[in-house]
Amino acid sequence: MLNVSIMIVLFSYSQTIISGTVKDNRNRVLQNVSITIVGTYDGATSDSIGRFKIKTYEKGSFVIEAKMLGYKTVTQIINLDKDSIQLNFILKEEINELKAVTVTAGSFEAGDKKKAATVLTALDIYTTGGANADITSAAKTLPGAQQVGEQEGLFVRGGAGYETKQMIDGMVVNNPFYTGSPDIASRGRFSPSLFKGNIFSTGGYSALYGQALSSVLLLESIDLPERSEASASITSVFVGAGFQKLASNKKSSYGINYGYTNLLPYFSIVKQKPDYFTVPQYHTSEFNYRHRTKKRGMIKIFSSFNTGKLGLRNTDIDSLILKDAFALKNWNWYNNFSYRENLGKGWKMQLGFSFSANNDKINTTVQDTNNNPVTTNISYIDNKNFNLNHQNNLTIARTVIDKRISGISTIRFGAEYWNAYHKYVFNNYSSNYNDNYTSAFGEADLYLSNDIAIKAGGRLEHSSLISKTNFAPRLSMAYKTGKNAQMSIAFGEFYQTPELMQMMDNTGGIKKLGYTKATHYLINYIKNTALQTFRIEAYYKKYNNLVKTFPDTNISGNGYAQGIELFWRDKKTFNNIDYWISYSYLDTKRDFLNYPTSMQPTFATPHTLSIVTKTFVTKWKTGFNLTYNFATGRPYYNIVFNNGLNKFEINDEGKTIDYHNLGFSLNYLPNLGKQNAKTFIVLVASVTNVLNFNQVYGYRYSYNGLNKVAVTPPAKQFYFIGCFLSWGVDRSQDAINNNL
Amino acid sequence: MKQLLTAFCLLATTTIFSQSEKYVTTMSSTLQQFNDAKTNEDLTAVAQKFERIADVEKTQWLPYYYAALVKTTMCLSGKVSNIDAMADEANNLLTKAETLEQNNSEIYCVKSLIATAKMLVNPQARYMEYGAKINQYIEKAKAADSTNPRPYYIQASNLFNTPKQFGGGCDKSKPLAEKALELFNNFKPVSNIHPTWGKEATEKIINQCK
Repeated sequence: MLNVSIMIVLFSYSQTIISGTVKDNRNRVLQNVSITIVGTYDGATSDSIGRFKIKTYEKGSFVIEAKMLGYKTVTQIINLDKDSIQLNFILKEEINELKAVTVTAGSFEAGDKKKAATVLTALDIYTTGGANADITSAAKTLPGAQQVGEQEGLFVRGGAGYETKQMIDGMVVNNPFYTGSPDIASRGRFSPSLFKGNIFSTGGYSALYGQALSSVLLLESIDLPERSEASASITSVFVGAGFQKLASNKKSSYGINYGYTNLLPYFSIVKQKPDYFTVPQYHTSEFNYRHRTKKRGMIKIFSSFNTGKLGLRNTDIDSLILKDAFALKNWNWYNNFSYRENLGKGWKMQLGFSFSANNDKINTTVQDTNNNPVTTNISYIDNKNFNLNHQNNLTIARTVIDKRISGISTIRFGAEYWNAYHKYVFNNYSSNYNDNYTSAFGEADLYLSNDIAIKAGGRLEHSSLISKTNFAPRLSMAYKTGKNAQMSIAFGEFYQTPELMQMMDNTGGIKKLGYTKATHYLINYIKNTALQTFRIEAYYKKYNNLVKTFPDTNISGNGYAQGIELFWRDKKTFNNIDYWISYSYLDTKRDFLNYPTSMQPTFATPHTLSIVTKTFVTKWKTGFNLTYNFATGRPYYNIVFNNGLNKFEINDEGKTIDYHNLGFSLNYLPNLGKQNAKTFIVLVASVTNVLNFNQVYGYRYSYNGLNKVAVTPPAKQFYFIGCFLSWGVDRSQDAINNNL
Repeated sequence: MKQLLTAFCLLATTTIFSQSEKYVTTMSSTLQQFNDAKTNEDLTAVAQKFERIADVEKTQWLPYYYAALVKTTMCLSGKVSNIDAMADEANNLLTKAETLEQNNSEIYCVKSLIATAKMLVNPQARYMEYGAKINQYIEKAKAADSTNPRPYYIQASNLFNTPKQFGGGCDKSKPLAEKALELFNNFKPVSNIHPTWGKEATEKIINQCK
């Protein structure tokens, strides 16, 4: 210390003081910039008003450098020959992924990469009360989705269920749900744990995706598992076992899972409304292989094979004495191969190939009170007797190439080919359909600064069933309005080939109609911090060329949907409680199929609200999850053909009662924190509709229109208890850190 | 000739020595500044100072190590907005330190702390990845130098901050803190500017666990 003082005294006459300010290119002062005389220890840090001061004893010509994380480093050469030197710096912000805005209009993203409205991680899905670990059920707690319980699928912003497509690694999944029976929504085939990130986009999505008028649910499969593990489960409705083996070099892994579902024990305890003569039974098997390449690319193979059967009887709506028996046998084979690789110099490649085959054998029979088939000679009753064998294959090849152009701006382009094959054997009448669909798409993500981003793209599509080509432009922009806050707008045109059944004429032939079309306009505002997210979005959607089935199959239908949606997630306000609230307002009408005029479709209601809460009580090692869903009543119609006037008309209509559902689940982790526990156990108990509300999804009418029957769930409540075991990985560590 | 050579060697030695003296003095004063730092601004200035020294010295691992340690401390304080980016900076600095000093127990300790900082950004999503690294680096630190108290202190501190129900708490933490203290009492730093931190915090854990 003494030495230093002497030195200062000795050399003080030759000291130079460099001082000045540091600002950014928009004239805002910058704090914490490091200013250094390169090659020496001398330097300073800019203060809260951007000032700095360096004292130095150096003499001669030096490079002075100003640098700060997130800004481009600036250097100046100066000659240290005066007592005081004034020096100012202007630093330009670097565009980087962490700071830049993201185009968020329309989408809910989950994952670790971006902070945008993070929901729908696998854990979010598992801990959503009443969702029973079903991806779609959890997505229904987000704004934009309707509480439709009588059909599977996501009904988004006035759109029908088939207007939402699920994609795994960019490739459409043909039968994402188990084939079910009429009026009962079935579960999704894929377990949430297969996916690392899920994006639920309710509109305005990227040109990378097509053939969905309303919405896409993008599921991104996980890469390598963290560790090897064996698992088993015993529950009230299924048993399962499996393992994952991670190679010791952590470069590859493979795994097998098997599950058997049988609802016999459950149905014998909990009375169901339909009379099940074959209780639902499913065998599910899965195989996966994953390999990390030398350049940190990934090769993934996933394959699943499922079989299922069920049979049930309901009272025949026309006769009230007879019964309608429905029997189903299904098998489904799904394969997905994907390969992504870094090609260097900013180029990235994704290749995908998927093949799926699905077979449904359906038999419906009108039966008498003794469950024997009967013939009534009344055509509208006897017509209910049929056999259908539907084979449905889908083959997809897809490639996407990414190229970074400057900073984080990227261009992306690719192509897709699908072959969809359908074979129907209806009673003894057989028909085949083949659709070859090709598309090419391109998109640019342009970052003008960290505050403005533009995503512009387009998609060309051609379907051989329609023999027409369409072009769908997409455009979205995001602008940072303040700290943690941003606005986005989006516009896009979306085309979808009509559902095969809707394109068929009376003889089973296909009418080359044209594509149905939706145009989306949306605007949203998001403010989020690590623990809280607020999002508001308004949209307008125009439907054109919807299929009309009268007078002849044509595409003169149209419609619109508009609304406002709010989302609030908060992990901060209440100690140890994570909750989110979604509210959707929807105004929609459409004229399609046999609708006599433009009217509110049966799957849409103006007000939908969800409140999801989760808490973990450390002391009891138990998580409690409660979800409340509310929706106003939905319209129902009896649309009948008036022979005299030669048109369809509404014979009767009404509105269902409001929908309420309170779902509850708890997870108990007895071995939590036991460092040496070899087995990790999770006990789950859940119940839907805790308060036993009457839930009515709509009404079915008899042929003569005199009898109407409410469509309701097969039982008011669904109970579930299960024990999940795993060995090899202490999952309790997950739970700990969820609650830290 | 011989004389000339001797003189040259002598001169060279003197130069090196005086450079090294300046290095040691500046390091000591910057370490003092680190000790006295109260605000994020103070810490930023300290980290930048260590970086400047590191960029000049180029053969010394300690300035890089300390610059990384300061940044890691800031990340763990939770008071910085962009923890990920700062933790990455700290990691880059440590990588530079590692090229100069391989298999060093102290460097592994900071690597473990960086993993903790990164994990805490989003524990739910990141535990699987970083949780393993936290312990892996602690074990590496112990293996590289069995007399270093800091890996034991870090482990004790991690357990102290983990709720009892999750396998943490005083019961688990205290024995490790005691082990760390024992090592601290016998620990001789290589020089005045080599790492010595952690003793007070270890004592604090032991006191709080009484």
